[in-house]
Amino acid sequence: MLMKTIQQHDLTHLVIRFFCITGLGFGAVCLLLFTLHLSPITIAKSMGSGALSNWIRISHMLSIWTPLLLCSSGLLFTFRAGLWNIGIEGQMIIGAICTTAVLRLPQAENSHALFPALAMAAGLCGGGIWGMCAGILKNRGGVNEIFGGLGLNFVAQGIILWLIFGPWKRAGIASMSGTNLLPHALWLTSPAGWRVAPVALVLSCLAFLLTALLLGNTRFGLRLTAVGKNSKASRLFGIKPELIGLTAMMLGGGLAGLAGGLQVTGVYHRLIPAISSGYGYLGLLIVMLAGYRAAAIPCIALFFACLAAGSIQLPIMLQIDSSLSGVIQGACVLSALLVHGFQTKRRNT
Amino acid sequence: MTLPAPDYCISLFFLFLQVQLFSRNDPFPFTMIELIDIHKYFGDVKALTGVSLQVNPGSIHGIVGENGAGKTTLMKVLTGYIHRTSGSILLNNEEITLHTPMDAIQLGIGMLYQEPLDFLQLSVLDNFMAGNERFSPETMSRILEKLSKRFGFEMQPDTPLHLLTVGERQQLELMRLIHVGTRVLILDEPTTGISDEQQELLFSALRSLRDEGCAIILVSHKLDEVDALCDQVSIMRKGTIVGHQQQPFNRNAILQAMFDTLPQKETAPARHQGNKEILKFTHVCSSNGRSGLDRISVTITQGEVIGLAGLDGSGQTVFLRIAGKLLEPESGTLQRFAAEDNESDSTDSQTVFLPADRLNEGLIPGMSIREHLLLADETPLVIFPETGRQKAKQAIDKFSIIGTPDTAADGLSGGNQQRLLLALIPTQARLILMENPTRGLDVQSGNWTWQHLLDQMPDNGAMIFASPDLEEILDHASRVLVFFDGKILLDSATSDTDFDEISQAITGRIKACS
Amino acid sequence: MDVSVSVLAAGVAATSAPLIFAALGETLTEKAGVINLSLDGAILLSAMTGFVTAKATGSVWPGFAAAAVTGMTVAFVLSGIGIWLGQSQVAVGFALTFLCRDLAYFLGSPYSRTPGPQLLAVPIPVLADLPFIGPILFNHSQIVYASFALIPLLWYFMFNSRQGLILRSVGENPEGCWARGIPPKRTQTIYTALGGALIGLAGAAYSLAVKPGWGRPQGCEGIGWIALALVIFGGWHPLRVALGAYIFGMLQIAGILFQEIFPAIPSQIFQVAPFPLMIFALVIIHLSRNKKDTTGFRIIALLSGTPPMALGKTHEQE
Repeated sequence: MLMKTIQQHDLTHLVIRFFCITGLGFGAVCLLLFTLHLSPITIAKSMGSGALSNWIRISHMLSIWTPLLLCSSGLLFTFRAGLWNIGIEGQMIIGAICTTAVLRLPQAENSHALFPALAMAAGLCGGGIWGMCAGILKNRGGVNEIFGGLGLNFVAQGIILWLIFGPWKRAGIASMSGTNLLPHALWLTSPAGWRVAPVALVLSCLAFLLTALLLGNTRFGLRLTAVGKNSKASRLFGIKPELIGLTAMMLGGGLAGLAGGLQVTGVYHRLIPAISSGYGYLGLLIVMLAGYRAAAIPCIALFFACLAAGSIQLPIMLQIDSSLSGVIQGACVLSALLVHGFQTKRRNT
Repeated sequence: MTLPAPDYCISLFFLFLQVQLFSRNDPFPFTMIELIDIHKYFGDVKALTGVSLQVNPGSIHGIVGENGAGKTTLMKVLTGYIHRTSGSILLNNEEITLHTPMDAIQLGIGMLYQEPLDFLQLSVLDNFMAGNERFSPETMSRILEKLSKRFGFEMQPDTPLHLLTVGERQQLELMRLIHVGTRVLILDEPTTGISDEQQELLFSALRSLRDEGCAIILVSHKLDEVDALCDQVSIMRKGTIVGHQQQPFNRNAILQAMFDTLPQKETAPARHQGNKEILKFTHVCSSNGRSGLDRISVTITQGEVIGLAGLDGSGQTVFLRIAGKLLEPESGTLQRFAAEDNESDSTDSQTVFLPADRLNEGLIPGMSIREHLLLADETPLVIFPETGRQKAKQAIDKFSIIGTPDTAADGLSGGNQQRLLLALIPTQARLILMENPTRGLDVQSGNWTWQHLLDQMPDNGAMIFASPDLEEILDHASRVLVFFDGKILLDSATSDTDFDEISQAITGRIKACS
Repeated sequence: MDVSVSVLAAGVAATSAPLIFAALGETLTEKAGVINLSLDGAILLSAMTGFVTAKATGSVWPGFAAAAVTGMTVAFVLSGIGIWLGQSQVAVGFALTFLCRDLAYFLGSPYSRTPGPQLLAVPIPVLADLPFIGPILFNHSQIVYASFALIPLLWYFMFNSRQGLILRSVGENPEGCWARGIPPKRTQTIYTALGGALIGLAGAAYSLAVKPGWGRPQGCEGIGWIALALVIFGGWHPLRVALGAYIFGMLQIAGILFQEIFPAIPSQIFQVAPFPLMIFALVIIHLSRNKKDTTGFRIIALLSGTPPMALGKTHEQE
């Protein structure tokens, strides 16, 4: 009998799994396209050029990659602790609100060197507190984190709408297009021809590396893993699972909040109702597809960002709905679950 | 073609009707069941090795044996709940196949499981009806009433099941089994956790069923009830049958076959005994576990090795968990270590608890040996792939674990999991609490475990372990506490007691000591 | 205002109809011990297939059938990977939510904002003329009548039939069912599929009756999550779940009313307000469980139910 070690996924195993998943996922999507008399190759070309054909497009794609990477990093913490942080969308929204709130302070315009940084920190804290709320509801109220998070998402949605249509409404008319633009001095600057702020790019890469290090190379990461894998046994090692879970929710929420803040300062330069763009939920899919491990996340997030950016061109170029990208993403995750299911089934029999 | 005469038709019809009625009332008037050479393997673990057994109609057949002897597995094979690896089962001299419990139910084989397999949130009547062919609450309610009256049980059909005691749930399940036409009735440890009155009711019900021709199998390790009920008894040990007896039973012979007594060994070596208290229970009560704890007061001092004996669920586990602060006592007080060094921080790291269910409660599946050791020790803030590898290698050598620092805990065999658990005991531990420390270990691993434990035990500490194996307690403990139904029935130095006294106390045959 | 009470009540009954289908479908699924988290996407996808089929055939009834089949198919995918392959039901359901949603938008985009058949109100001859009650209950489309009928039907099925008893038993203790000769996995698969069909009907009820037409957004986004919350709110009991659905419908109608009364407050607030209100009610119910000693809480605790004990767990028979 082979002894199971934690490096159980040797390279061939991983490659086989990779091809199974992509084959199954893409195969299903291609089949769908064939039945609709659409050519997968034309679509792939169009999407590829839409995402990668020139630097403007690449940088636009990277501006999607940035929040995806941040959200997925945050979700790594919560998944590692065995929690389903569906409240991530709300955390992103609250982060965006907190960032905007700081930037709207009357002092902000004069001392602009300090304020963007402060605003980012506010976003981080806001998201963290929102994540903690779901954690406290779970620990104290026994509310499953999925439903607590869902409720908090709706609450956050309500708050942002109220702000945009109420106290922060644009002079004269309130509309779904959001608040007034922030003063130019408070934007995260990007060089000419760039669609992504380098600061945001650097911040999210740093956040991801930090997450990977924290999870893989520290006492906290080890304890988090222990709680997620067996919270009962973790008590015997002197770990307090509730506290660790709460910390994970806080960190996950914080990174999502930071992503929300960066959307405000780096992308939209104002607060809009759909500030999260569903990137939080997309992050959940990314982490699931990555098998809840850090290593594959940047690549999968990049792939998802390419799909999202490339699909924007589809309605114009080929008269195809842009939601095709979501279909591909969903099909990949579902086939990953299917392949994983078959593998465990085969191992057990 | 000629039509048969009408009166012939009518008589044929009545004959048919009679057959129908007869078979519905009593499908197998005299059911005899015979097991021949049953084997059951779970992966590499041999749970049953060649069991042959014959149970006659109109008799109660006892099956005794210590925990893990394979009694429950054998019975689950007989009900189709699990599949046998090989062997055959004869019902009235005809070979039967049991693929699912449905097959067994249709053949009239039914089992009362140790943990009642019922539906806590449904009502009594719903539980009585679940799985029946027809749905007719009124009729069933009447049948339930009739059956309750017959056996002297009392229950309201509308009561939600979770308000019932274990004993009442068992009564209900028994009535359900009788109603669905069970002729071979299997009971697995039916008297654990039920009151004396309930036990009396159950026994008289069983006797009346026997007199009607049912074949009843009673799985137990309480010799008293076997004595009181059974017509014959088979003794199981390590997955096979090691003896049969007819009434009247020779109790000592049964005990010897059950526990395979070796010549009495010299008792545990006298250790340095201080009088400093390590653990003190004062009137501790708890409702956890099957029997809970009933006003336990006991003091454990330095240097003692305490063995906790008793049937499964008699209170030992709850005792250990309260001592390890994994459970809170509901009343009474618990004091760990003497007053002068009673700082919560240090006492927590000085106490260690090793659970019996290693993989579910003690170890973390998917984490490596190295990571376990890192968690158990003073974990450094920053961890590299090499951090703790040297220590892990040392521990693997010292504890003879078959594996590498990167082996996952769930990839280790049972013995190696136990060794890993032992390796996780911090060196400063002064109170070591263990649940069945040699469970699932072969003799060699067991001996090694004990040698290591006794070597490692600090002079200023104490060790408490629960074990179903009396020899283990007599060999290694300096003092034994026998639990029965949440109370301590016997508290004695191992040198002052013997095998017989303990095994009698386990089965509840001693008046509670004051 | 007096005149409009019956109009409003009729509005509540009509807008709540699809929610009744979705929430009761999920109740059926969860009673069998399976979580179908794909609700939000499945409703959209079946709304789309329902609308497209109805448009193609020119009749709404094939549309409803197609929607039910769609919902059932999604449920089969869930039970295949969740129950039989032992993957986390939450993970599969979540992935399905997004796959179905985007699939609906993608496949449905050619039909976006196009006219199609829709169910019209069919007043029931004599009853519709009854004062007050008539317009509330007897002047609706067939799907609304069906939602009225579904509530007592499902209740009767669950608590007064052999199959209903099996359904509840499987959700409580699959091992116990196995021991009594009921195959738990097969039973769970069947009820997940049936629940899926009801969820599919909810989708068609939107696209063919309540919010007729297809588009992006269709207008039923987010309803799936509410239906999920309603199941908990209703304590896994069909009557109480239905009550919750009507309360939600009332909140939605009240939103429209309040908008007229307080024009200063943006209308979007009233549109999303029922969602957090619903979830807050849920939180209070949950919190009440931990404090059963105070009488104020005990009343709320009465409303709360306990989830089926085996909910979301995968059962391995041998």
